[in-house]
Amino acid sequence: MSRANRFLLPLGGFALLVLLLVVGLKQAPDKGIIVSPLVGKPAPALVLPTLMDPAVTLDAAQLYKGQWYLLNVWGTWCVECRYEHPALLELQKTAGIPILGMDWRDDEATAQQWLKELGNPYDQVVSDKEGRVALAWGVYGAPETYLINPEGIIATKRVGSMTPAIWEKQFLPLMAQRK
Amino acid sequence: MKLRSALAVLLIGFAAGAMAVDKFEPLPDATQQKRYLGLTHELRCVQCQNESIADSPVEVAADLRREVRESIQAGKTDDEIRDGLVSRYGEFILFKPRWSARNALLWLAPGLMLLVGLFVGFNIVRRRAQLLTGDDSVVEEEERT
Repeated sequence: MSRANRFLLPLGGFALLVLLLVVGLKQAPDKGIIVSPLVGKPAPALVLPTLMDPAVTLDAAQLYKGQWYLLNVWGTWCVECRYEHPALLELQKTAGIPILGMDWRDDEATAQQWLKELGNPYDQVVSDKEGRVALAWGVYGAPETYLINPEGIIATKRVGSMTPAIWEKQFLPLMAQRK
Repeated sequence: MKLRSALAVLLIGFAAGAMAVDKFEPLPDATQQKRYLGLTHELRCVQCQNESIADSPVEVAADLRREVRESIQAGKTDDEIRDGLVSRYGEFILFKPRWSARNALLWLAPGLMLLVGLFVGFNIVRRRAQLLTGDDSVVEEEERT
């Protein structure tokens, strides 16, 4: 082994390792955000009692058949949801598609009170008290917002607060492509 | 003595923190309970991300444990349960990455590094041994280059 090799080999190995780690870091998604494998797949069933009247059951696939809609997962225990709320009220006016609210693991009375106080941005609100539907949708924190296309496929998903900027950048283009 | 009792109190305090977060009754079937414990310890809590769902106190983890329980009782196999969760939360939910082309490097890297290390170590030892036996050819070779 020549003298030059003795330095070049480990150095080359080290450079390769650095390259590998840099590529890995660059490719890593936003820290802590799980990219949902459900995007591009048919939306799971969503059949739940409504928040306002537990005796009434609502089936999202049937109700919004053939149209775009948003599914917003929230809860009164969720601080971020309070922060997000004004953006949802704004979307209700500007988005032009219905927002289905899913109250997740919550107390119905408190949730009703919340909507009365802060305003109701939702077309319909259902209550997922046991969190079973949320699990089927791959929800892992609130707020989360899904965009579902007229064929019932999940077009995209936002983990965290909806904002006008996110709506315009991540959601709107997907709907525009289809027109 | 004082120190010892203080230590004892401290240890008991720690033990309280280590109490199980899993509030479910054990499954009646011992093999099923064993599978349940195995699965819940190898599934990542999606919210806290550095804990298994067996150790995490958050509600999503409890929901996931309930799902695992019910799936076991419904007669699903461990793989079916894993696949079901991966289809909704991605491979991220598995603490142990699966064998795939993308993960091959991940699995093989430790072995490769060990081989490289052994090779380098072996070479160094061999060279030293040659020096000790008075064979100067190595030194001479290095001086020449």
